[in-house]
Amino acid sequence: MADIQVYKKSPAEFELGQRRAKSAMRNQIMMFSLMIFLTLISFTMVTAYQADVAGFSKFFVIPALLLFAVVQIALQLYYFMHMNEKGHGIPQMFLYTGLMLGLLIPLTFVTIVWW
Amino acid sequence: MDLNKKFTPETWPENPEKATLEAKNKFVGFWLFLGGETVLFATLFATYLALKNKGPSGFEFTTQGLFELPLVLVMTMLLLTSSLTSVYAMYHLKNYDFKKMQLWLAITALLGLGFLMLEVYEFVHYVSLGFTYDNSAFSSSFYTLVGTHGFHVAIGLVWITLLIFRNAKRGLNLYNAPKYYTFSLYWHFIDVVWVFIFTVVYLMGVIG
Repeated sequence: MADIQVYKKSPAEFELGQRRAKSAMRNQIMMFSLMIFLTLISFTMVTAYQADVAGFSKFFVIPALLLFAVVQIALQLYYFMHMNEKGHGIPQMFLYTGLMLGLLIPLTFVTIVWW
Repeated sequence: MDLNKKFTPETWPENPEKATLEAKNKFVGFWLFLGGETVLFATLFATYLALKNKGPSGFEFTTQGLFELPLVLVMTMLLLTSSLTSVYAMYHLKNYDFKKMQLWLAITALLGLGFLMLEVYEFVHYVSLGFTYDNSAFSSSFYTLVGTHGFHVAIGLVWITLLIFRNAKRGLNLYNAPKYYTFSLYWHFIDVVWVFIFTVVYLMGVIG
């Protein structure tokens, strides 16, 4: 294995790196608040459904729940698992292949059962 | 090459998790593993959805009667917060701050442990109601899906505990940075799976 090249950053580069890390962190905290918010909304919607609140029918609540779940997953993957950063082409390929199968398999099973 | 070489915040590479060839291989290999895990959980979800609320005649358990949302909400909050604390840990990894990273990872592990305890409590409660693994097709598929996720949490806890203690004296270097990084990916992935479990199994289960 080749030697690791040690490169000492100049003060300006070092500061830039820190600033970038800080702004990434700010984004991640914002996304975390959004995820908490979506989770609470999901639970509230189901509670509203249980309490028979007008407008919260099954056909509204279930699609909304699934939509919020997909948004949360995307936030986790892109912000927490750093898929928004450079050099994540191959990880994306692996994960999207998995997700495609992950959509097809439940769909197949549910179709067979519902038919 | 000396992987145990000491760095300073100024010489620490920008992407320590991908700075060596071994690290690059680990990074790609781990994402391949996560793609495979997605398929594993997809099959379990498919089985659960097909067998939900089904069992022998006279079988009395349903998702509406069984699940209690407050417990699930607490579990979700614990796991979601532990995802954030491991993000903090990775922030300190990039800034070469070993002590803070270890601290945040320890908090992550504690939150994960709290989650696992609640899940064990939940399962014990169901079993005491008579909802055992071999009670019905529904119970088997439920325990297999949620239990496989819980098993992943347990593995993650052992993994991070070993990492924290093994590297306590070594400090941060290019030998262990990819190890910590892959753990954090794994931990976020556990949270990704849980988002689907609490949505599909619990919330949609309560609706029916």
